[in-house]
Amino acid sequence: MTLLDVRDLEVTYPGGAAAVRGVDLRLAAGEKLGVAGESGCGKSTLALALLRLLPAGTRVRGQVLLDGEDVLTMRWGRVRAVRWAGASIVFQGAMHSLNPVHRVGDQIAEPILLHRKATAAAARRRAGELLEHVGLPAARASAYPHELSGGQRQRVMIAMALACDPRLVVADEPTTALDVMIQAQILRLIEQLVAEQDLGLIMISHDLAVLADTCDRLAVMYAGRVVEEGPARAVYDDARHPYAQALSAAFPRIGDPASRFAPRGLPGDPPDPSAVPAGCAFHPRCPAVLDVCTTRDQVLREAGEGRRAACVRVGAEGDAPAADAAATTGAGTDAGSAAGAGTATGSASEPAAGTGATADPAAGTGTATAPVAGTEAATGLAPGAEANAEPTAGVGTDTEPVTEAETATGPVAGAGADTRPAGTGTNAGPTGTGTNAGPTGTGTNAGPTGTGTDAGPTGTGTNAEPAAEPAAEPAAEAAAAGPATDAAATGAAPAGEATGTSRTRSTP
Amino acid sequence: MTDDGTPSPPPLLSARDLHVAFPGRRGGPPLRAVDGVHLDIRPGEIVALVGESGCGKTTLARALLGLVRPTRGQVVFAGRPLEYGSRALKTYRRRAQLVLQDPSGSLNPRHTVYEAVAEGLRIHRHGGDEREAVARALSRAGLRPPERFFLRHPHELSGGQRQRVVIAGALALDPELLVADEPVASLDASARGEILALLLRLRTELGLAALVVTHDLGLAWNIADRVAVMYLGRVVETGPVEDVLTAPRHPYTQALLSVLPEAPGAPVVLTGEPPDPTHIPSGCRFQARCPVLAGGEAARAGVADRCRTEEPAVLEGGGRAQVACHWAGARVAP
Repeated sequence: MTLLDVRDLEVTYPGGAAAVRGVDLRLAAGEKLGVAGESGCGKSTLALALLRLLPAGTRVRGQVLLDGEDVLTMRWGRVRAVRWAGASIVFQGAMHSLNPVHRVGDQIAEPILLHRKATAAAARRRAGELLEHVGLPAARASAYPHELSGGQRQRVMIAMALACDPRLVVADEPTTALDVMIQAQILRLIEQLVAEQDLGLIMISHDLAVLADTCDRLAVMYAGRVVEEGPARAVYDDARHPYAQALSAAFPRIGDPASRFAPRGLPGDPPDPSAVPAGCAFHPRCPAVLDVCTTRDQVLREAGEGRRAACVRVGAEGDAPAADAAATTGAGTDAGSAAGAGTATGSASEPAAGTGATADPAAGTGTATAPVAGTEAATGLAPGAEANAEPTAGVGTDTEPVTEAETATGPVAGAGADTRPAGTGTNAGPTGTGTNAGPTGTGTNAGPTGTGTDAGPTGTGTNAEPAAEPAAEPAAEAAAAGPATDAAATGAAPAGEATGTSRTRSTP
Repeated sequence: MTDDGTPSPPPLLSARDLHVAFPGRRGGPPLRAVDGVHLDIRPGEIVALVGESGCGKTTLARALLGLVRPTRGQVVFAGRPLEYGSRALKTYRRRAQLVLQDPSGSLNPRHTVYEAVAEGLRIHRHGGDEREAVARALSRAGLRPPERFFLRHPHELSGGQRQRVVIAGALALDPELLVADEPVASLDASARGEILALLLRLRTELGLAALVVTHDLGLAWNIADRVAVMYLGRVVETGPVEDVLTAPRHPYTQALLSVLPEAPGAPVVLTGEPPDPTHIPSGCRFQARCPVLAGGEAARAGVADRCRTEEPAVLEGGGRAQVACHWAGARVAP
């Protein structure tokens, strides 16, 4: 049963900053939802809006249904009752959220006294129990906040949030200022409490790795919107949206040679909430931007089982987009690469699958981009667009090699086109058809070259060979010549392309 | 020289048996923040100093920069012991620069970017063209074109850009060493990668050595050559990043790595918090929280008594992998 249902929530601050721009979230009891994003993406505003804690003058639209009751339209008396007892918040920075001149036990007892009309003695007893529950001796109730360490203060905050047996707990950066070991202690505690008491938990953090480890589902926010949502592990390991990919790649996996001496970030800064860019809000920073991204807003769409992502390269919107997208695309692909081969790939595969063709997963890596292309194509197909789509796809592929250059959007696209056209053209044709038909195998892409190659094969079974050759060549060159610096990156990109094509491949 | 026989250049900066103690409160025992550390940083090397809050890593970094006088031991820079006269320190600080955690706190909000970067040049009476030096520092720090940033104020910049300004300020004097205390802890994930990439690039392009103080082991994996893990004032494990982070030998390092979100295997969550540095336990300083000792493995290895009574030797500062643990030692050489 749905504990919390947020529908099309919009929050605009008095200064005109659109902090939250249409967010839908659902949470069941016992479920843990992670909300990730950079500072300024609206994640904390979202938390405050859930309990109507925003400053006066803020415009809030949409619905926040807590157990079916809309928090945004309740009378104030009811809101006060819901706070603490229905839903409570563990704020960021336990140092500043506790009153320094009151003993922590009294601070925990306060909401109990207000909500339960318990006697003072009973409230004190309950405060002691709560402290033990969060792993502190009950005797610490008489301590002042400054006498506790950061981890202990955070435990007090959690005890306080649990004081009135809420159904929903919102934890805003609950471990941000803590050391790894203390963070691990607090996360274990939160997990245990959620499991024992069948709470719903919304955990907000910029640390995608922590959220992926703790939560069941993840929502990645950018510029006031959810841009990707899905099972936590899947989103972290195999993000579909270029922003989610970049965020995920920013957390190094220790022991992974790909991140050794290779920290990954995302150039640029998040948009100013009072001047969100037109089209897809992420397009100015997107390593895989297409022309269409600058003009058309991207909404969440299906991206595999239980997953949604707001990127033009994910799924299809039904209309022609595939075609133009593709054309434009070439560039797009790159994004994947940039993000990190691994990730990108995964994504690519996925979509493909959705389509049907998709066997690709194998291809994994290279991929990201390509997949996209592939996907669209695929999509296009479904409708019947196929022919066109395919070719396009081909092109898209080519583009990828460019990838390294990647970032430069505009140019890239152009480049891609020029470079490989030959290759593309070729591939595309065969591919298109062939591809769809075939289950697509894919995997191959291995080398940067990969792309070119795959593409070729892809074509129909038959075509594949011949086609492949030519295709390969250009691709290869592109790779070599190209800006592409890293093998990996490059590789990836191509792969992507390959993928599109690839699908076909498997068939043979 | 390292143990594997490859000659290594002499260290640029080293701590030799460094101790820093602060007087205890109300006549209590002194707080031993740094309690016997050897640590070398060679030219062009990036060393990560990791540990929990309160382990003494920041105090060690401050002592290395001459901001705190050691109570025992010495800091050696380029072969000469650090002197604490104000003129000597000023000269030293031109060659070794500090980058702090929170760029919003380390930039004067009323100064422009230009003034922030030029301040060091003025203090050190830079002889050449100040404007050119500022522009060069800004572009090295990735703020291009630099002229566009001259007149901005910190509040007009994003967190990542502010940290770049702080780094540009440090670079303006062409130092040989940067000491960065949690340089990315206050930044968003995307900016984090950008700043770390900048530190790596400065090493490649300018041969800049760096000591990065952090509690983030992923950061060490991202950019450091060597890592030193500190616990209660002492380095308990050190060595090349690949060795220490993929095959940790000290139970403390093992525990720190095991609780990371990506870590394989069961997490070893240590209970409690690091003990008070005014009361460092006798024997091994980690014994009270050591899962190996508590689990009986140390006893099976026959070292439990030593863990309780004998302090492991202080590790050398050089490059080879070393660990200050009786149990780990017994496992290697039984």
